[in-house]
Amino acid sequence: MMENEKLVEVQHLQQYFPVAGSKLFEKKVVKAVDDVSFFINRGETLGLVGESGCGKTTTGRTLLRLYEPTAGKIFYSGKDITHVNMLPYRRKMQIVFQDPYASLDPRMTVGDIVGEAIDIHHLAKNAQERRDRIIELLSLVGLNSEHANRYPHEFSGGQRQRVGIARALAVNPEFIVCDEPISALDVSIQAQVVNMFEDLQERMGLTYLFIAHNLSVVKHISNRIGVMYLGKLVELADSYELTFHSVHPYTRSLISAIPIADPEVNRATHRIVLEGDVPSPVNPPSGCRFRTRCPYADECCAQSEPEWKEVSPGHFAACHHLDRVK
Amino acid sequence: MNKEQNTVSAASAAEVPQNIHNPEYLVDVQHERLSFFTPAGEVKALNDVSLYVKEGEVLGIVGESGSGKSVTAYSLMGLTAYPGRIIGGDLWFNGHHINKMSEREMRKMRGNEISIIFQDPMTSLNPVYTIGDQIREVILLHTGKSKKEANDRARELLSLVGINEPDKRLKQYPHELSGGMRQRVMIAIALACEPKLLIADEPTTALDVTIQAQILELMMDLKRKLGMAIILITHDLGVVAGTCDRIAVMYAGKVVESGPTDDIFYHPAHEYTKGLIASIPNLNEKEHKRLIPIEGTPVDMLNPPAGCPFAPRCRACMKICLRSMPEYTHLTDAHYSACWLLNKAALEGREEEKA
Repeated sequence: MMENEKLVEVQHLQQYFPVAGSKLFEKKVVKAVDDVSFFINRGETLGLVGESGCGKTTTGRTLLRLYEPTAGKIFYSGKDITHVNMLPYRRKMQIVFQDPYASLDPRMTVGDIVGEAIDIHHLAKNAQERRDRIIELLSLVGLNSEHANRYPHEFSGGQRQRVGIARALAVNPEFIVCDEPISALDVSIQAQVVNMFEDLQERMGLTYLFIAHNLSVVKHISNRIGVMYLGKLVELADSYELTFHSVHPYTRSLISAIPIADPEVNRATHRIVLEGDVPSPVNPPSGCRFRTRCPYADECCAQSEPEWKEVSPGHFAACHHLDRVK
Repeated sequence: MNKEQNTVSAASAAEVPQNIHNPEYLVDVQHERLSFFTPAGEVKALNDVSLYVKEGEVLGIVGESGSGKSVTAYSLMGLTAYPGRIIGGDLWFNGHHINKMSEREMRKMRGNEISIIFQDPMTSLNPVYTIGDQIREVILLHTGKSKKEANDRARELLSLVGINEPDKRLKQYPHELSGGMRQRVMIAIALACEPKLLIADEPTTALDVTIQAQILELMMDLKRKLGMAIILITHDLGVVAGTCDRIAVMYAGKVVESGPTDDIFYHPAHEYTKGLIASIPNLNEKEHKRLIPIEGTPVDMLNPPAGCPFAPRCRACMKICLRSMPEYTHLTDAHYSACWLLNKAALEGREEEKA
């Protein structure tokens, strides 16, 4: 791994979506991502976890400018890419989607799906070169040349996800956003795909933003993990630090809620069961957004938003009561 | 499982004319075979499935999609979808012989003695009826209660499953509630007549982890209060580890291993179970270890392999595995598994004894 070169960085990223209000002509906004800042070093994997609707997928997509950010800045390799033409950057930044059943065009052969990116970026001089490249990509993800002429419906979920990965790799990217790439797969297949992501990273020096709701998998694959709640980053730390020494009450309850596949550990775990549901992002609670479900919440939490501070080197958290949680 | 069945090989089981019901068991499924007769051919969804549940017990059924875990549970309620048909074996529930029951008798039983909650609470509630209507429907159908009494019972059920302001909720429609709330409503409907068995088909798969923890806790709490048995169907080994008394591991329409939870996790006998446990990352691990995946892809149920269905993916596959399915080997009274390796180990043990 190269020494701490920031490959991707976002500063105070905001992504608001307009929604219809309850009254006629009333406009409201969903603050899907609200003031999120982080960076990813070259060659590392940053995991992003959180419950559905917390904005982790939106963060990933806004980062690639698949959505235009409402505010904030995105840097790639030190250059501000918030308002530039993205075409040259699409060769460096790619995405693998969650649902391999929905993200592949059913009317294109696998060869054409993978080849489309090669065509767009003019990466092959002639048909033969294009074909060789497609076969090379397919073998990279554990498929073979005869698969190139088949259609997506002929593949199993795990194989389709491999096609999705081959498509992302077609342009030789440096950075890939993996948006829940394994949650639609069977348990026995998940490990295969996770291992493949690791192998590819090692071979091609890739940098990942790995988005998932399964903390066990995220911890396995990531160097650092960020935890999101209602559009905000609440804690960010090295993956071991985060799983064993988390300081934010939300992270703690999230970790304690994960069922461990070990009966004895499971019986010994003291669950911090959170009351209630995640509030609506249209009308989030004032101050700290977690306060409605937080066991430590008091008036201070309702009045002001907690600051994003460094608890220990490289370990960030946003909470008013960090001393009490300890 | 009694000792006699142990000696009956899986292959010859179909010829055994009559399975004997063990009255101790609330649920007793013996050698069930179920196929879907699709235009593309016969899909043998269940191929000689045997399992049992005692009263008040929690049985976890784990397996991948298509392994037959839901089909087994649904057939117990007589909910096998067309073109599926039970073509062999016997199913008993609470003294009823399910194979011989008419639809009319089944209807009396469903929702009354046996209930089910589905994976997706968004689609399993009727969007055009209020929560109150849907809970009262079950009560009015199965008990002689008046509308007013049914309403009181509905309110009581909502507070039982931890829903606040039950009076307000009774008048609300499903879309006004969150996913976790809807699943609570589903549980309230399922428990309306205090069934003896609750089938929970992936009850938390569609929910977030923190909500999943709430729902699992609620289910276990209600089990203690009401004393029903639960069949918990899931693919999440973590969920079964924390909730179940016994586990049945299914692969390609067969129960490949079954036993008490601790035995399954600490002394897994079948290669598939071992592979499954090794392939999931452990949150408590301090060092980064590479995952050990199960290679290959799940079985195509239209053309299942002869012999052990797991053989093509098995690390320890032998010649005999490709030819025929092994019978169950009992490791303890309650823990058994079907794998030739176990037969081999037993055979070698016996020879050593002789020597």
